[in-house]
Amino acid sequence: MTEKPGWKTIPPGGLILAAGNAKEYKTGEWRTQRPVINKDLCSDCLTCWINCPDSSIVVADGKFKGFDLDHCKGCGICMAVCPKKAIRMEPER
Amino acid sequence: MPSLKTLSTRKERLSPGHRLCAGCGASVAVRQILLSTDLPIVACCATGCLEVATTIYPFTAWEIPFIHNAFENSAATISGVETMYRALKKRGKIPADRKIRFIAFGGDGGTYDIGLQALSGALERGHDFTYVCYDNEAYMNTGIQRSSATPIGAHTTTSPCGEVEPGKRGYKKNLTQIVAAHDIPYAAQATPSYYMDLINKANRAIETEGPTFLNILSPCPRGWRAETTQWVELGKAAVETCIWPLYEVIEGKYVLNGVTQRIAEGKVQKRPLEDWLRMQGRFRHLFTEKNRPIIEAAQAKVDKDWERLKALASL
Amino acid sequence: MRCMPKVLPLNGDDAAAYAMKQIDPDVVAAYPITPQTELMQSFSQFVADGSVQTELIVAESEHSALSACVGACAAGGRVMTATSSQGLAYMWEILYIAAGYRLPIVMNVINRTLSGPINIHCDHSDTMGARDSGWLQIYGENPQEAYDNTIQAVRIAEHKDLRLPVMCCMDGFITSHAVERVELLDDDVVKDFVGEYVPTHPLLDIEHPVTYGPLDLYDYFFEHKMQEIDAMSHAEAVVREVSEEFGKIAGRRYSLLEPYAMDDAESAIIVLSSTAGTTRATVKAMRRAGKKVGMIKLRCFRPFPKDDMVRLLDGVKAVAVLDRSDGLGAYGAPVFNEVRNALFDEDFRPQIVNYVYGLGGRDIGQADIAKVYADLAEIISTGKVKQRVRYLGVRE
Repeated sequence: MTEKPGWKTIPPGGLILAAGNAKEYKTGEWRTQRPVINKDLCSDCLTCWINCPDSSIVVADGKFKGFDLDHCKGCGICMAVCPKKAIRMEPER
Repeated sequence: MPSLKTLSTRKERLSPGHRLCAGCGASVAVRQILLSTDLPIVACCATGCLEVATTIYPFTAWEIPFIHNAFENSAATISGVETMYRALKKRGKIPADRKIRFIAFGGDGGTYDIGLQALSGALERGHDFTYVCYDNEAYMNTGIQRSSATPIGAHTTTSPCGEVEPGKRGYKKNLTQIVAAHDIPYAAQATPSYYMDLINKANRAIETEGPTFLNILSPCPRGWRAETTQWVELGKAAVETCIWPLYEVIEGKYVLNGVTQRIAEGKVQKRPLEDWLRMQGRFRHLFTEKNRPIIEAAQAKVDKDWERLKALASL
Repeated sequence: MRCMPKVLPLNGDDAAAYAMKQIDPDVVAAYPITPQTELMQSFSQFVADGSVQTELIVAESEHSALSACVGACAAGGRVMTATSSQGLAYMWEILYIAAGYRLPIVMNVINRTLSGPINIHCDHSDTMGARDSGWLQIYGENPQEAYDNTIQAVRIAEHKDLRLPVMCCMDGFITSHAVERVELLDDDVVKDFVGEYVPTHPLLDIEHPVTYGPLDLYDYFFEHKMQEIDAMSHAEAVVREVSEEFGKIAGRRYSLLEPYAMDDAESAIIVLSSTAGTTRATVKAMRRAGKKVGMIKLRCFRPFPKDDMVRLLDGVKAVAVLDRSDGLGAYGAPVFNEVRNALFDEDFRPQIVNYVYGLGGRDIGQADIAKVYADLAEIISTGKVKQRVRYLGVRE
């Protein structure tokens, strides 16, 4: 494990200069269940995307592309809001 | 109003990897608000769930300039940021055509209670900013302590239900109307369960010049004692029981929105408050013979406030 | 280049406000409180007349005033404010935040006691209460110094080796409301001296978004605090450097402290702010009578100039430290503690005694100062200290 930096190297005043670097923190490790999509039922309505607390629905070109499993916390909201019942939650292995 | 597909092309300004609870209503609200506009934003946040969980050093989930100062001064801090923006523009140090919008976030703790003074001052001085209160109805970050936004009867750790006390005494403060009384250009209530309504309101609030205010009921499955998957239903039930009506105050004129409007018109049935209370463990103790009068008092208050709101909307 | 001084009769509040006018900060956020009010009123008039481009926020409280200053300074511009007493106390939590975020805010503090009971007159309990906040503290004896310190404070705070906020202190009513002859520098001289403010990591630089004020857990807070501590360790050098540069343009030389008649002094008084003037007059009179008395005006309380103090006291036999606030429950009051501590490691050990005086604006005159010197003379002749900590001017 790398040693944490000392006071001489970190930016002064508590500033964090790397915007959005929280991405490096893998909240996906919190999960006890994970979402699984049935692509046949999915209509790309993006309701799951707009309701995800962790921006963990991956969308490209207006279409559902997958789940960001590095960050998905397994809350199950995507399953709850999907109008097509295309998402189910499975226990995390 | 842009479609979800269009919105999905916008850059997310709150990155994943923040440490808000799984199923947090506040983080959905904030995501939706930040997606509602393309304009550059500088944000300030009061101490609380949102601030703490998004900025644990050395990580930040904010892709935009962000400042946290203290608990009660989000509105005062953003007043300073916004004023510096105008000052530097005046001196030509910021190009005249650059448009930056300023948002102050605060929880119900940092807004209804300890932050009320700063909010009132900033509104009265007329700073060009948007204040967003993510109301999860208690001081959730520090372990669910009561705030003036906590509904009557709710169990919190500083207003617990016990042998003699039935949870919080006193009704929820009506902050949106206190804010509206400052005669600002725009104030609104919303909840992320109705995301299009929230996004429309956020867009309007952010792009309107002058002080604007959004009060967002942000369900907290942890503090409200509900499942994370019930989160959307919790928001919807709050609206359908009229304990959290959706409305705007536009230049002083009250306008009801969406489901709330349809309830006022009699097109949708107003649900009994019990429906909402029953979904949450923090109200479980009210469902006894001894505490039933509290539910009845709470219902009576909701009804009274609802009549008042309809009357205001008819002016 | 020496300039032809413009001279105006100004009280301390107006002198500081005039300096602020010439500095023309980007934002001032303040709340009025006696005896700072006149400063704010003067400055508000400058704003109303367009004499400055400053955007003024008349905040709804001091807490919000300093909070707005933090927001404005982090946004990326030059920020100033002023307060006193309860106002300083109200913004107390934000003081530490401003210093912790390394924001070079300059604040005039018109010293007034902390309630209760409420009293609007001068003592140093307000700023002494903030002595560990990370702010520098520079005490001005009179309106001239109030003016000069305000100008220097901007350069001190913004210095690349420091980047810490600065309090310029002056005695409430005694200095703030007393009109004296003040020599003013030309507008362009002040503008040149303070220069353009160059912010580091401004919030308004939207192309380079930064986060101010994260949550530090126990794995990082100490390191961030250490940076602040390290910065403060440069403060003495920075104050000296800026004061010397100011001396070249103004002809008035400043340092961290100001000795008077110390070369062969056998006894000395250490004092801050306006009472230094009273003490100096007393020393002059006593010197004419052949007494070997001297004084040290402590201009900078933070940083505390330990080495200068030790050097000046070498050879002095008895020292009285005058404190205009008490350290209730401590062994002696704040300045006494710092002075005594500074001398502990030295081979020479003058007798050091403490006089707490002037609380709540209780007047102190030359007769009182003469009495202190008489006490010191007795200490020297008997070698005994009857009472280490005394209270001067209180009725039993």
